[in-house]
Amino acid sequence: MRLEYFQMIDRVVAFDEAAARLEAHSTVPEDSPVFEGHFPGHPLMPGVLLTETMAQASGYLILGLCRFSHMPFLCGVEKAKFRTFVGPGAPLAITATRIHEGSGYAVTKARIASGGKAICDAELMFRTMPFPEGLGARMREQAASLGLEVEDVQNDA
Amino acid sequence: MASTFETVADIIAETADIPRDQITPESHAIDDLGIDSLAFLDIAFAIDKAFGIKLPLETWTQEVNDGKVPADQYFVLKNLCARIDDLVAAKTA
Repeated sequence: MRLEYFQMIDRVVAFDEAAARLEAHSTVPEDSPVFEGHFPGHPLMPGVLLTETMAQASGYLILGLCRFSHMPFLCGVEKAKFRTFVGPGAPLAITATRIHEGSGYAVTKARIASGGKAICDAELMFRTMPFPEGLGARMREQAASLGLEVEDVQNDA
Repeated sequence: MASTFETVADIIAETADIPRDQITPESHAIDDLGIDSLAFLDIAFAIDKAFGIKLPLETWTQEVNDGKVPADQYFVLKNLCARIDDLVAAKTA
């Protein structure tokens, strides 16, 4: 997890296409400039970055399910709950499940736990659109580096 | 049982925070009610759930962008409701 680069997922550990579910792991870094402000002398993982972590897990889930035919862009966050604090070094187990596949959009339910304890959860909506030129190949590359490899249905590289 | 229009109007009022009495069957979702494309996704999600259907938004958008169908056919509420009724009928047929 590299907060300054918005790289929130360390590893995709399971992708279940039939269940439309993805599991990922990350570890909150021990040090980050983010913690200098949030908060001075009392480092806590910001809720917006936990939301981004759930969004990225959901995004990789949608990419896997559509086999990289479309790019998911976050467009809605509903029912977000932050249940306890997370600090540096915490291992995170992130799960995302698609709860609705619409035409041009998808909705997921995502949650994060640490040491079996619920950290946060939310319902996320994504607009799914054709990849901007060149992005498809980069996303496939990035997903593969995290352990998510599925056959794609098109190639815009 | 609420009519399709009543259900859709209630969804739009709640989702887009538009006064219910401003929403009529003649209202154009975009031109009259000011609903943008992202906000319409929330409405589509609520409609999909309420009626157990999948609004074919991508197809509709493509048809409108290609000039094959005027946007009114999908986004004036009485027309949208007729499409929903067709999708519900097709599902149960």
